[in-house]
Amino acid sequence: MSRHTLSVLVENKPGVLTRVAGLFARRAFNIHSLAVGPTEHEEISRITVVVDVDQNPLEQVTKQLNKLVNVIKIVELDQTSSVQRELLLVKVRADGANRTGVLEVVELFRAKVVDVVPDAVTIEATGTPEKLSALLGALDPYGVREIVKSGTVAVGRGARSITDRALDRAHRSA
Amino acid sequence: MVQGPHPAPPTPSAPAPAGEAVAPKPAPSPASLAARPDSRARASVTGERTPSLVVGPEEVTGAQSIVRSLEEAGVDVVFGIPGGAILPTYDPLMDSKKLRHILVRHEQGGGHAASGYAHATGRVGVTMATSGPGATNLVTPIADANMDSIPLVAITGQVGASLIGTDAFQEADIVGITLPITKHNFLVTDPDEIPRVIAEAFHIAQTGRPGPVLVDIAKSAMQARTTFSWPQELQLPGYHPVTKPHSKQIREAARLLATAKRPVLYVGGGAIRANASAELRKLVDLSGAPAVTTLMARGALPDSHPQNLGMPGMHGTVPAVAALQKADLVVALGARFDDRVTGTLSSFAPHATIVHADIDPAEIGKNREVDVPIVGDLREVISDLLPELEREHAAKGQPDLGAWWRQIDDWRETYPLGYSEPEDGHLAPQHVIQRLGEISGPDSIYVAGVGQHQMWAAQFIRYEHPKTWLNSGGLGTMGYSIPAAMGAKVGQPDKTVWAIDGDGCFQMTNQELATCTINEIPIKVALINNSSLGMVRQWQTLFYESRYSNTDLHTGRGTQRVPDFVKLADAYGCEGIRVESKSEVDAAIKRAMEIDDRPVVVDFNVSRDAMVWPMVASGVSNDNIQYARGISPAWDRED
Repeated sequence: MSRHTLSVLVENKPGVLTRVAGLFARRAFNIHSLAVGPTEHEEISRITVVVDVDQNPLEQVTKQLNKLVNVIKIVELDQTSSVQRELLLVKVRADGANRTGVLEVVELFRAKVVDVVPDAVTIEATGTPEKLSALLGALDPYGVREIVKSGTVAVGRGARSITDRALDRAHRSA
Repeated sequence: MVQGPHPAPPTPSAPAPAGEAVAPKPAPSPASLAARPDSRARASVTGERTPSLVVGPEEVTGAQSIVRSLEEAGVDVVFGIPGGAILPTYDPLMDSKKLRHILVRHEQGGGHAASGYAHATGRVGVTMATSGPGATNLVTPIADANMDSIPLVAITGQVGASLIGTDAFQEADIVGITLPITKHNFLVTDPDEIPRVIAEAFHIAQTGRPGPVLVDIAKSAMQARTTFSWPQELQLPGYHPVTKPHSKQIREAARLLATAKRPVLYVGGGAIRANASAELRKLVDLSGAPAVTTLMARGALPDSHPQNLGMPGMHGTVPAVAALQKADLVVALGARFDDRVTGTLSSFAPHATIVHADIDPAEIGKNREVDVPIVGDLREVISDLLPELEREHAAKGQPDLGAWWRQIDDWRETYPLGYSEPEDGHLAPQHVIQRLGEISGPDSIYVAGVGQHQMWAAQFIRYEHPKTWLNSGGLGTMGYSIPAAMGAKVGQPDKTVWAIDGDGCFQMTNQELATCTINEIPIKVALINNSSLGMVRQWQTLFYESRYSNTDLHTGRGTQRVPDFVKLADAYGCEGIRVESKSEVDAAIKRAMEIDDRPVVVDFNVSRDAMVWPMVASGVSNDNIQYARGISPAWDRED
């Protein structure tokens, strides 16, 4: 099994996320993470799905996704030619005795503190899954109270835009 | 002044405005009336293929817009049942001159009827139902059409837009429910979207790999005022079925086919959906290769063709199964390597290079790894393959398949399809079905339910034409036969249509005989009544030490006969005929053939011990096919 990041461009219509997520469920493909949001084109949304699959099932996932009428384009983004990031918010126990240590960790990982109360701080960090898990490891001794993490979002390196090209194709054939 | 075609529903919520009566109306012009008998040719019409008239904009209600859209999409028949949420649409439907609505007795019957119509004609079948239970009753026929790639459009009423999500009376999220079993589906709450969405639904249903499309329309959208115009510009940026095959792959397929020593053409239902029978015939003749026709492809190549080895798979012929197992090249044409064909996948056709042509890219490589993938419409694929194959033959000479054919002919001679007479003295079901095929002939349409009778009908009737064999192959839906036969008869009124049904299946959907009688749809029913859920019973005999748990139906000879099918036929206004002995079989079939003013039900009381052979047991290799119980072919004597 290996990890793959798929960028799925879909029509910005109600229920499309259900169609994509439902397809993964009924074809028994495991979703590792999923993030969805708007793009620079009003009519297109972008779903970033990270899946753990072998090459053959991956091809099947892609083909099945392509059969969904609302799916416009699917691109696999590999680690080396794309930037992949997650967002982490983590609430850590921090009082007078250990706050300095927590803040040092924040500094070290280039994270930032977004909320402070006398006995806790909330830290915001972005990065690769590896970096964020290292950060969590470093914070663990202080007492992690709550974690919330986004799914991975990813974009290909370089000047080319996959949304532009997808839109061109869609308009040409419409 | 022209009278408006569809008066607005006389409800306070949909008042007819003053302008209604003068709404422009192109429909009953002499030209379009003259074109009426040919309206079927327009079944493939969605906006882009109709160069004909531009219609509208007309001021209408949403309900009228639905009816007008169906008319312009070329629909001639709708199978459905009204109810609260679809009620506004049934009012203008009553006045439509182009749409014949057939009132079925259960929505499942309406859905299968639309499927049967679609399968027998190649046109899109249309079914209509109300919200909630009406819509959920369509789930089975929609799933069935999805598995068998049937072009179907289901129109369902939904509760008013403001009530959606409130658990309103007869509310069900049918779009959510049918998400995994439709090719696509829509929820419409804006009446202005109705014509475009219906045009898109027909386009999606019948292009690419055909399939069912559901359009769920809120009652509030039916009652609102809107405009109707046609044709519609489709907005489907993510839908681009590929029909033209890649020439490099075609050349490679031709090269393999011209050089293989033991090739087999594995023909699936796609050959029928693509109307590729004529091209397929040419490919079979040109290549000289044996062909197998799957359960969904029976009739795609005539059974009288000497290279047709019959059906492969779990109950396939020994030559068809063996040829695939020993092949060095399998050319799959519109087939999907279903588990019922392959048996244990890892040992299926173990020596074969695989060429796989299908219009659905996701089928290629889904089950079996493929050497030469070809995505395209099968008719185009074969049309492109033929000249390439001729070129190969010209360059390298015709391949010598003599040894391969000697081997196959040996299997054919040693293991022909057959059956033994039952020991209980009851009628052999195979005999009934064989005689039915012989007497009614290859121009009739045969529509099976699911189970033993389905397999015997696939084995013992000789099919010569595509679209003459209808059955529920993928989903295996008991109850398919009667309503699907009804739909087939509506689509092909000049053909004799036989429903071949079991006593179990028949009790699931026989209410549609009322629809048949009332609407003068004279189907014929050959009831293969073995008083049991026969296929389950066969498995209990073979794999559960003959412990017959819950498979006795008490309908046959020597039982209570509940229900008595002859009396039931009579109650439905059908002719009922009972047959208990071999000597009565031919006469009963002939008598049924003579009756054409009402449906006929022939209750053939057959032996419950008859079994379907050959058989590859579930979960074993096709190499272990049993010709009859305990008898396996000796494969390796030639190796």
